[in-house]
Amino acid sequence: MSLLGQVVRWFLDGNHWSGDSGIPNRLTEHLLMSGASILVAALIALPIGIWLGHIGKGGILAINISNIGRAIPSFALLVLAVELVGIGALPAFIALVALAIPPMVTNSYIGMGEVDADVREAARGMGMRERAVLLRVELPIALPFIMAGVRTSAVNVVATATLAALVGWGGLGRFIIDGFSQRDDVQIIAGALIVAILSVGVEFTFTGLQRLAVPRGLRTRQSRQEEVRTAPAAELSAA
Amino acid sequence: MLSTGVMGAADDPWIRWYWIGDHLGVIGAALAQHIELTVVAVGIGFLIAVPLGLLAWRRRIFRGPILSVTGILYTIPSLALFAILVPFTGLSVLTSEIGLVSYTLLILIRNIVVGLDAVPDDVREAARGMGYRPLAQLFQVDIPLAIPAIMAGLRIATVTTIGLVTITALIGEGGLGSLINDGLIRDFKTPLVVGTVLSVALAIVADLSLAGIQQLITPWSRRRSAA
Repeated sequence: MSLLGQVVRWFLDGNHWSGDSGIPNRLTEHLLMSGASILVAALIALPIGIWLGHIGKGGILAINISNIGRAIPSFALLVLAVELVGIGALPAFIALVALAIPPMVTNSYIGMGEVDADVREAARGMGMRERAVLLRVELPIALPFIMAGVRTSAVNVVATATLAALVGWGGLGRFIIDGFSQRDDVQIIAGALIVAILSVGVEFTFTGLQRLAVPRGLRTRQSRQEEVRTAPAAELSAA
Repeated sequence: MLSTGVMGAADDPWIRWYWIGDHLGVIGAALAQHIELTVVAVGIGFLIAVPLGLLAWRRRIFRGPILSVTGILYTIPSLALFAILVPFTGLSVLTSEIGLVSYTLLILIRNIVVGLDAVPDDVREAARGMGYRPLAQLFQVDIPLAIPAIMAGLRIATVTTIGLVTITALIGEGGLGSLINDGLIRDFKTPLVVGTVLSVALAIVADLSLAGIQQLITPWSRRRSAA
């Protein structure tokens, strides 16, 4: 039977849809781990990036943290976490949080920088207090950039959670890693397909959220047309 | 694979210098392989990205499809991409390079398009007025002005690739990643630390070198920023 046929049969096999090592449980593990990591990273990173952007300081740190983050291999991060806390869910969580923080700091900082000084001035002139300027003027304008950072991190986290199977944790990477050690090509391909589909799904979901985050007053036809604009700001501005 | 257990690792120091002294050959070979995998991936990626970037810039109808396809390739986790390739191309350098090249494409193409898009219309108008033919204008006006964005793309692609090369350790290549993997499998911190530090150092050196090259080939931007 062709490899493709075997992969189809793998997916039709009821055994792969039940129990601890079934697709539903692995998917749940993967999503819970990714979601928790992104949430915790956002709680740490966004206040820092937004605050630095608001006061207009620490730009060198906020911009370069992404470049440094990119230079540290996620695989190394994961193994370092294992050496610190042992194998299992905890090192995966620590590595994923560390991985997710830099893009969110950088993009939220850049987003706050996008707020025109005149707009800020006008808001103050209208009698808005500092808090209102931040919450009702700066944040809405910066939100698409903030969401670009969240999207970059989310896609990275979902991808890297696959590697966590190497350090004795579950998730969808198990199918690939177990497939490698059992020399089971069918399981490898099936696992890779599930991971690939999930990642593309996460990318599309967050791209949609990013579009929704553009305040109505700032929506123009152009910003919807330009595909390059949906690019994570950190990557385009990392010159 | 992890049967060595983690408990025994408690008294393993982060670095054992004698191991480094005994394994200089292994470390050097890993570093050389890491550089080779990176240079080949970014080089081939750039050769593919230039024509596709020009096409996406000049013919808007191709822009969506080119950015979407490379975007999906970029989104697929590296381990999954390598895993899909292994049954066909084996545990080989070819598998590694196909994966690594496909990750450079989105970054390179997008920055080429952004850079060329940013060339002011006035400048193009002036070039045409001076009698530049389309091809001469492309090479002597448009591309030179897009170099900062294109170089930014090369820098990001290079640094990203240096990180991704470590993952190819799982399919039998890996460069410095093989040291990191060794550290994981044997629960021994020294190769892990050496692999990580050298990988980060390599990324920084590569990034700074490309920044230096950019300064050299765009003397006009240096003069402007000095003024």
